[in-house]
Amino acid sequence: MDLEGDFTIPKGELFGIIGPDGAGKTTLFRILATLLRPDEGTVTVEGMDIVRDYRTIRTVLGYMPGKFSLYSDLSVRENLEFFASVFGKDVKENAGLIENIYCRLRPFEKRKAGNLSGGMKQKLALCCSLIHSPSVLLLDEPTTGVDPSSRRELWENLAELRDKGMTIIVSTAYMDEADRCGKVAMMKSGKFLLAASPSDIVSGFGKRLASVRSDDMFRLLHDLRSMEGVGKCYTFGDTHHIILKDGTDMTEELVGEQLVSVYGHTGVQVRRIRASLEDCYMNLGEE
Amino acid sequence: MEKSGYVIEVEHLTKRFGNFTAVDDISFDVRRGEIFGFLGANGAGKTTAMRMLTGLSFPTSGKGRVAGFDIWTQSELIKKHIGYMSQKFALYGDLTVNDNMELFAGIYGVPKAEARSRIDLLLDRLSLMPEKNSPVKDLPQGWKQKLAFSVAIIHRPEIVFLDEPTGGVDPAARRQFWELIYEAVDEGITAFVTTHYMDEAEYCNRISMMVDGRIDALDSPHALKEKYGASSVAEVFDILARGAERSE
Repeated sequence: MDLEGDFTIPKGELFGIIGPDGAGKTTLFRILATLLRPDEGTVTVEGMDIVRDYRTIRTVLGYMPGKFSLYSDLSVRENLEFFASVFGKDVKENAGLIENIYCRLRPFEKRKAGNLSGGMKQKLALCCSLIHSPSVLLLDEPTTGVDPSSRRELWENLAELRDKGMTIIVSTAYMDEADRCGKVAMMKSGKFLLAASPSDIVSGFGKRLASVRSDDMFRLLHDLRSMEGVGKCYTFGDTHHIILKDGTDMTEELVGEQLVSVYGHTGVQVRRIRASLEDCYMNLGEE
Repeated sequence: MEKSGYVIEVEHLTKRFGNFTAVDDISFDVRRGEIFGFLGANGAGKTTAMRMLTGLSFPTSGKGRVAGFDIWTQSELIKKHIGYMSQKFALYGDLTVNDNMELFAGIYGVPKAEARSRIDLLLDRLSLMPEKNSPVKDLPQGWKQKLAFSVAIIHRPEIVFLDEPTGGVDPAARRQFWELIYEAVDEGITAFVTTHYMDEAEYCNRISMMVDGRIDALDSPHALKEKYGASSVAEVFDILARGAERSE
């Protein structure tokens, strides 16, 4: 990882990090969590230096690693009590903070953590990272393997925590989650390519984007890629998205006409659209 | 053997653990050559159902045929005629790309002479030829996933089960992975996919939605959106999941 320049995250921000596998997201989290020393550069968390003041930082930090790291042989309740006691706290002290999440786990309090389903493990891990009431929360891909409804619930919980003043740094592979952050950093090969609010990222897209569909979506993908003037083409839910190259004479109308007359597609629809955060991600680093 | 139009046929399939009904009387078919999306919330019963379909566990009651074989009496034959890949499925990290492929081709009984040409074809398609002799653990995650998929179809199964193959994968790599699925399906393999990404559900020919062990909806994404007056499969999912009692 080689983060050039400075970046700061203000108190109370919900800060998202997105990027491909191997971009350095987890390494960054481990450095912020004082688990890994940087080779160069300095980091402060809540004004404290991560190398010098690591002990104090750990008391104000909540960290939920991407990999399940609770004690499988302890029950739900025992895990929670253990993590509270490590920080010299009592579960009751901060019960209010986790109530909205823990209420789902209460029916399973006596179950061993190892026997919980994936979604439940995630909820317990979040509770354990919150039980000492940290001021900074680090979440490394907390929603991998979690269904859409549970994901939304988790993000509602995160918004509540942020509203209470907690600073939250979260990595995700879901662009709809990144959209809920105050600021998003897009990371690749150990660098932040871009760090801005989702709305600023989207408004800075600056390319001509269209959505296309026809009755044969698989063939359409290949046909669009072979078309003159189409710079990039990728699947996007029930449509494909294309970027029209700068300076090309190609228009949305012409793409539609050619798909019918040259390629023999039926049910063709081509629409000019505005970019979403996911479009920005897909076109990153191709200036 | 005459091939029917269905690769999976399931009737009243039920699985109980004690007094908990994990899979509750589901009936459905998967057509040959389609991409079938098997959706549902965590805990809805997808994994239990998949374990029965892949010959790893027996139902409590109900009937089913997978790739033409009976799930009660021919589970070993099912295992030979299907492919399986999950997010957790690990290739052997210490073995090279080529050795992993040879190993799995051998396990699945692909004749040696044929295995070579198939492996070369797959390596070529994945642009992995230069990495042929690298240990799998040195590959980037996205490549590992593509390799795992190729290994899962190396014996040209009638159907490949993909259990959250793109969990935690970034938007660009997910799309590349789906193009591999498209290609395999184009060659006649049927794909049975679970995913939590609702945009991926849109890529399926048909999808089923499991709620509390039941299949509450099954149709093409387009038809489901019309039926529920929704603009996306994600909305359909929300509408159906709201009715769940065993939500997490």
